[in-house]
Amino acid sequence: MTPDYYLILASILFTIGATGVLIRRNAIVLFMCIELMLNAANLALVTFSRINGGLDGQIISFFVMVVAAAEVVVGLAIIMSIFRTRRSSSVDDANLLKY
Amino acid sequence: MNHVSTGEQWAFWILGSVAVIGALGMVLARNAVHSALWLVLTMLCLGFLYVVNSAPFLGAVQIIVYTGAIMMLFLFVLMLVGRDASDSLIETLRGQRVAAIVLGIGFAVLVGTGLAHSLGDTPMVGLTAANADGNVQGLAKLLFTRYVFAFEVTSALLITAAVGAMVLAHVEQAKADIVDQVTRMKLRFRPGSYPGAKAGPGVYANTMSVAAPGRLPDGNGSERTISPILPVRELTAAEAALKGTEK
Repeated sequence: MTPDYYLILASILFTIGATGVLIRRNAIVLFMCIELMLNAANLALVTFSRINGGLDGQIISFFVMVVAAAEVVVGLAIIMSIFRTRRSSSVDDANLLKY
Repeated sequence: MNHVSTGEQWAFWILGSVAVIGALGMVLARNAVHSALWLVLTMLCLGFLYVVNSAPFLGAVQIIVYTGAIMMLFLFVLMLVGRDASDSLIETLRGQRVAAIVLGIGFAVLVGTGLAHSLGDTPMVGLTAANADGNVQGLAKLLFTRYVFAFEVTSALLITAAVGAMVLAHVEQAKADIVDQVTRMKLRFRPGSYPGAKAGPGVYANTMSVAAPGRLPDGNGSERTISPILPVRELTAAEAALKGTEK
C-alpha cells in the first residue's frame, strides 16, 4: 500500500459528494454534500503534504477548514431566511429569480 | 520509504471503508437528520485518517471544528427548519435524478482514469523531517511567517461572516405589529371577542379528559374551553361512556 490509496479514497468521497449535490433537493443536505467535497479535498491536501515532505499542504487544508466554517455560517443563515419567507428548504421552491 | 506500516494499512482500510459507508449513507438517507449523523461519522473517520497521515493537529481541528461545531450547527438549523427537513419526491425537472446519477458515474470515470494515469509508484518523502520539532510547531512556524498575510485575511473573513450571519438571521419587528395599550383594549372589547376569562375544560363534565368541553348554563359544550392545540378527534364510544366516577 502506498499513499496513493489516500488519494483514491479522497476522489471516491469527492465523487459521492458531487453526485449528492446533483441528486438531493433539500438545501441543508446539499450543504452537507459540499462539506463532504471540501473534506475530500482536505484529505488529498494532507496526503500531498506527506508525499512532498512539506507542511504547506496541511496549512492550505487548515485554511480550507476556516473558509468552510465561514461559508457554513453564512449559508445556513441564508437558508434560514429563505425558510422564514418561503416556509420551505427545498431548492426547487426558491425559483423566483427564474422568471 | 514508499510503503507504509501494517498498522497504518489496517487503519486505512477500516477507517476508509467506514468513511465511504458514511458518505453513501448521507447521500441516500431520506431524513436530513440521519444524513447529518452519517456525515459526522465520515468526518470522524477523516479526522483519524489525518492523524494517521502524520497531521495530528489537523486531525484534532477536524474533530473539534467539523464534527463539533459545523455539524452541530447543521443539526441546530435542522431543528429550526423542523418537519420540512425531508426531501420532496416531486420531480420538477423530468429525469433529473437519472441524469444526476449518470453525471456522477461519468465524473467517477473521469477522475478514475486521471488517477490511473498519474498514480502508480509515487515517491513519498514523508513528514518525519518536517515534523521533527512537532507538528504544531512546524505549522505555527509556517503560518506566522510565509502565510501570515493569508492568516490575517482569514480574520477579516471570519468577522465578515459573523456580521453577515447576524444581518441575515436578524428579524426586524414590523412597526405595524407594535400595538399600544389603548389599541389592545379596543381589540379586546370589540364585538365578537369575549373579554372574560375562559372556563377550564371539563367543567361539569363526566370525563377527566381535557378534550371534553366545559358546559354552558344550557348544558351544551363550549368550544372556547378547549385549547386549539389539542388534536381534533372523535371520542370512541368507550371513551365517551360514563366512567363510574359520578355519583
